[in-house]
Amino acid sequence: MSTKGAQAIRTTTWSAGAGCHGGCGIIAYVKDGKLIKIEGDPEHPRNQGRLCPRCLALTQYVYHEQRLRHPLARVGKRGENKWKEISWQEAYDIIETRLNDIKARHGPESVLFFYADGKDVSEWITLLTYSYGSPNLVYALSGSSCYTPRTMVTWAVQGDVAVLDASQWLPKRYDDPTYTIPRCIIVWAQDPQATCADGFYSHWIVDLKKRGSELIVIDPRCTWLASRAKFWLQLRPGTDGALALGMLNVILTEKLYDARFVEKWTNAPFLVKIDENRLLLENDLAKDGSEKKFVVWNSKEANTAIWDPSEAQFSPKKTEPALEGTFRVTLADKSTTDCKTVWTLLRERVTNFPPEKVADITWVPKDKIVDAARFYAKSHPSAIHWGASIDMMTTTTPTAHAITLLWCITGNVDKPGGNVVARDPFNVNPYPLQPGVGANALSLPPEVKKKRIGADRYGPLRDFRPRAHTDLTLEQIFTEKPYPIKGMWIQGANILAGNGMDPRRWYEAIKKMDFVVVVDLFMNPTSMLADLVLPATTFLEKDSLHTMWVPLQAIKKVITVDECKSDTEIDFELAKRFNPQLPWKNIEEMFDDILKPSGMSYSELKKIGWKIPPKGHPSAPYLRHEKGLLRSDGQKGFNTLTGRIEIFSTWFRNWGIDPLPFYEEPPFSPISTPEIYKDYPLIMMTGRRSSVYFLSEHRMIPWLREVEPDPIVEIHPDVARAMAVKNGDSVWIENWLGRCKRKAKLTPIIHPKTIMVPHGWWFPEREGSDPSLFGVWEVNVNQLIPMGYNGASGYGSPIKTMLCKVYKAE
Amino acid sequence: MEAQSKPCSVKSTRQNELRKKLPKKNPRYGLLVDYEYCTGCHTCEVACKQEFHRPTGIGGMKVLEVLQELPGGKLYPTFIPFPTELCVQCAHRVRECKRPACVQHCMTSCLTFGPLDELAKLQAKKPKTVLWAPK
Repeated sequence: MSTKGAQAIRTTTWSAGAGCHGGCGIIAYVKDGKLIKIEGDPEHPRNQGRLCPRCLALTQYVYHEQRLRHPLARVGKRGENKWKEISWQEAYDIIETRLNDIKARHGPESVLFFYADGKDVSEWITLLTYSYGSPNLVYALSGSSCYTPRTMVTWAVQGDVAVLDASQWLPKRYDDPTYTIPRCIIVWAQDPQATCADGFYSHWIVDLKKRGSELIVIDPRCTWLASRAKFWLQLRPGTDGALALGMLNVILTEKLYDARFVEKWTNAPFLVKIDENRLLLENDLAKDGSEKKFVVWNSKEANTAIWDPSEAQFSPKKTEPALEGTFRVTLADKSTTDCKTVWTLLRERVTNFPPEKVADITWVPKDKIVDAARFYAKSHPSAIHWGASIDMMTTTTPTAHAITLLWCITGNVDKPGGNVVARDPFNVNPYPLQPGVGANALSLPPEVKKKRIGADRYGPLRDFRPRAHTDLTLEQIFTEKPYPIKGMWIQGANILAGNGMDPRRWYEAIKKMDFVVVVDLFMNPTSMLADLVLPATTFLEKDSLHTMWVPLQAIKKVITVDECKSDTEIDFELAKRFNPQLPWKNIEEMFDDILKPSGMSYSELKKIGWKIPPKGHPSAPYLRHEKGLLRSDGQKGFNTLTGRIEIFSTWFRNWGIDPLPFYEEPPFSPISTPEIYKDYPLIMMTGRRSSVYFLSEHRMIPWLREVEPDPIVEIHPDVARAMAVKNGDSVWIENWLGRCKRKAKLTPIIHPKTIMVPHGWWFPEREGSDPSLFGVWEVNVNQLIPMGYNGASGYGSPIKTMLCKVYKAE
Repeated sequence: MEAQSKPCSVKSTRQNELRKKLPKKNPRYGLLVDYEYCTGCHTCEVACKQEFHRPTGIGGMKVLEVLQELPGGKLYPTFIPFPTELCVQCAHRVRECKRPACVQHCMTSCLTFGPLDELAKLQAKKPKTVLWAPK
């Protein structure tokens, strides 16, 4: 199709439309105000002209006949699918009145604000939630099981998020002389070719493979990447923690770690007070000692020595800290206590996971575990790229902890081609709650903050991400203890078809509300239950920012579709109604404020499109810990309480969870629940990605649906044969919680003891009104997954590790 | 480093490179597929759909899937993009010195477009490739 006479406009992708976490450079061709074509921008350093199918189908998405184009108010019964068009003014008036009414009668905490995934919604819904005054911002997925657990762990352990360095911070990319191609890449629990996740353009891994990287793929399925790997470790779902501990065992036993790095930059030599399972502090040794200084054993003088993070040095200065050992230490009150070094404790932990035992737990042959661990540790540099499957298990926190330690103890930290610290570019953080960015206008009174659901129980909800606990929230909707929930604001979260586990209970929960607003682009099973539905925009119809890692980018409004408004506009305009004290007159002023650390205004950023932080900036690699670029006090080291990478995590200790990594069986498994396994002999995974769908989106886009027309289940041919199931047959997948119907796809890429049931299915072409709800109950796999099975951190959920049976549908 | 601040110019450096490479007289063009690296993402199919506004079920590219089961139980899923009867090698784009839609957007850059004789030389150096000469 010719683009003659069309205007070509460069912009950046993020969420609705493409669906993903975005960041790709595109050229939008617009003629007479209409989008006629999308192409990848060959000049953009991220995707270099390439583009995924979802983006290339945008013309069908943007002008789809089923798109919501005007605010709708329910006129029939809830779920009856009878609506009338109203103006934005009317919609805002209704929302303001109804939500203020709930606030007056029950308090602001009685309204929940839901969002999902890493969309361009989370920042702005935070603004709205806090402006209204509710402490209950809720991520709709059980146990926040998507990237939050992994980012929490890396933040706690090394003070920052870390990602595989694919040269994304370097304008010349792979050709930049400061870059090194990783010799080894572990791709752990992700099928990156299916969708770019976590701000990472997934095909960079293929670029790197072409340039010489060898791969270790850890995945229960033989993905495309697994078939091209040097090692493919086909593990039992949910046993990743045991595998990581087994690899740590090999690395510690065979001394394959980077000893100098471990001694200098981690808290491995720090003493742990055994009886209290915490780091020994200076004020344990002397009454006037500090509680912010830590203790090591100085082998030079056979005595304790003090580590001061704010000075990044020991006292005495020439201390030679012992890496291993048990030491008796005299405390301030002259009593003695036994201490071990962190490294000794880690060694004790991993000693429990010899490769033979790990092979039994994980199904991965012993030799493969040993060989893969050796190959990873001996290759320099090595990097680990991981996926949301690590989040989607109950033991997500100790699992992510163990994996993080792999790159930390091998010294692959912030090195070219290793795992580099990922920060917002130029420290531009779009969450309008950061110090200096409207924080005063947005803080909640302490008595309201205290009411955040689950914050008393789970430390990360207080200290890491201030959100309510999803699973406890659902419970509270029914118990109404300690206070009732009356309203729901649901923005870009298709709870009933996508991210809600146990969706029947979510259905009941939504029906129980006095007032429900849904903001979305298409009518879906969840919006069908709303009182008001507001039409949101794709990224082509809005002004916004993209800051996930690099570069810093402007998203530009290219077209307008009827009355649709961007999530930013909707949240900002309503936030203004609830909090007239907001310091910004309009969105551009807010963007300018957010962008201040970059030294640019929004219009300046829009003009250039994107900008990569220069070398030497704290948000650009490499080796920032050696240059004092990571800590706010300017000292060398990491942005943690000890100033070092915390193998033994002080945050975890403070939150009452295990400060060292461990392994635990999934809540339902052949080993933990053998009785259940007898009746449900298949391990059910869900959540595998697709290049044509993002989560529960895109099923109505013809060019995409054509590629993957049916909701399937991947099942091994031997298993299918035993129950006379042929390719394409309809089968039920069932367990004690519920069932769903799928088309059997027989494939040997799946282990015979497991099945994969893709998530997010509903049928936009079917009847929308309740009880049909676009056929969601027939097909939604989440009906087989419970809420409330989270790890000790409050994070994680058994999404990848349920048990089930399969039988032919008559 | 920042993006060029000039208004969006659709002519990129890559286009200029392509212009230099193209022969002057009636060449026969082809498509070199590196099937070691095709991940089966279907970008080429949808790129073609957009380029020609193709209806459902019809397209100029089709990704074929061959799941190879090798001795020792090793699996080797292989995808091979195939230009169908409808492929016109994006003649209108080539005239504008742009690569065919499928080639430009390929997520793994496993498709190369050019005169057949040049592609044959490339193919001699790279195993696991197939050279299509649709017209």
